[in-house]
Amino acid sequence: MWSWVGHRITGVGIFFFLLVHVLDTSLVRVSPEAYDAVIGAYKHPIMIMGEIGLVGAIVFHAFNGLRIILVDFWKQGTRYHRQMLWAVMVLWFVTMVAFSIRHLMIFFEGWEGF
Amino acid sequence: MTTTNSEAVLPAQGIEAPRSGRIDPKYLRSNPSSGSFEMVAWVFMRVSGAALVVLIFVHLFSNLMVGEGIHQIDFAFVAGKWANPVWQFWDLTMLWLAMLHGTNGMRTIINDYAEKDSTRLWLKSILYLASTVIIILGTLVIFTFEPCLVDDAGNLMDYAPSFCENIVN
Ligand code: HEM
Repeated sequence: MWSWVGHRITGVGIFFFLLVHVLDTSLVRVSPEAYDAVIGAYKHPIMIMGEIGLVGAIVFHAFNGLRIILVDFWKQGTRYHRQMLWAVMVLWFVTMVAFSIRHLMIFFEGWEGF
Repeated sequence: MTTTNSEAVLPAQGIEAPRSGRIDPKYLRSNPSSGSFEMVAWVFMRVSGAALVVLIFVHLFSNLMVGEGIHQIDFAFVAGKWANPVWQFWDLTMLWLAMLHGTNGMRTIINDYAEKDSTRLWLKSILYLASTVIIILGTLVIFTFEPCLVDDAGNLMDYAPSFCENIVN
C-alpha cells in the first residue's frame, strides 16, 4: 500500500520536474547567456540537496516500477512481491549512497563559494 | 447480445461463475470496440517504463557522475552532446517516452480523484495541452539547435564548444 502511494507521489513529482526541465533546457535556443544563467541555479547548495531528492524519487519510481512489471509479467512475481519490495529498498539505498557521495564530492571540489 | 466469459466456467463443477453471461450489455462497463485503449495504455506504461530506466540512468550518469559532474553543465556541454546524433536520438526518445508515460500516469490519477465530469474534463484538457506544448518545444529544440554561434563580425562566440573552431574558421 505505501509503496503504491510512494510510486504515485514520485510519479507526479517527476512529471512536474520534467515540464520545468524541458523549459530550462529550451533556453539553449534563446541564448548561451540565458541558458548558463538559469542552469547556474542548479549549482547552488540548496539545489544540490534538491537534486539528491529528485534522483531519490526517480530511482525509487524506477526500481519499484520494475517490481510492478515483474509482478505483472513474471509467473512467480506475485509470490515474491514482498521480497522484491525489500530488494527495491536495498537497491535504492545502495544507489542513493553512491550517488550522493559522488554528487557531493564533485560539488565541493568545484564550488567557488556563495 | 450477451457476453459470455468462457473462462468463467468453473472447470471442477462445470457450472458458470455467478452472473456470467446474464448481464444486459447496456450495464457492461466495456465493450469490445472501445476496450482496447486502456489495454494498450497499460502495456505502454510497462514497456516505456522499462526503456526509461535505461534512458534516464545513462542520462544522469553521463551528465552528473562523470567528468566535472554538475559543474560541467553549460551551453558548450549541451552543444557538445547534441553534436552527436546518438545523443540527439537518445534525448528525443527519452523526451517522448517520459512525457507520454507521465501524461498517461497523470490521466490515471485525474480519473481516480476528480469525481465531477466537468472537473475531469478541465484537468485533462490542461494536462494534454501542457504535454503537447512541452513535447513539441523539446523536439524543436533538439533539432533546430545551433551550437556554433557567431557574432556580427562572424567570429565564434566564447560560449561555442571547441569543435566549432574546425568548422567556422
Ligand atoms: C525510470 C523508469 C520508470 C519506470 C520503470 C516506471 C514505471 C511505472 C509503472 C510500472 C507504472 C504503473 C502503471 C500502471 O499501474 O498502469 C508507472 C506509473 C506512473 N509513472 Fe512511471 N516509470 C518510470 C519513469 C517515469 C517518469 C520519468 C515519469 C514522469 C514523467 C513517470 C510518471 C508516472 C506517473 C505519473 C505514474 C502514475 C502513477 C499512478 O497511477 O499511481 N514515470 N510508472
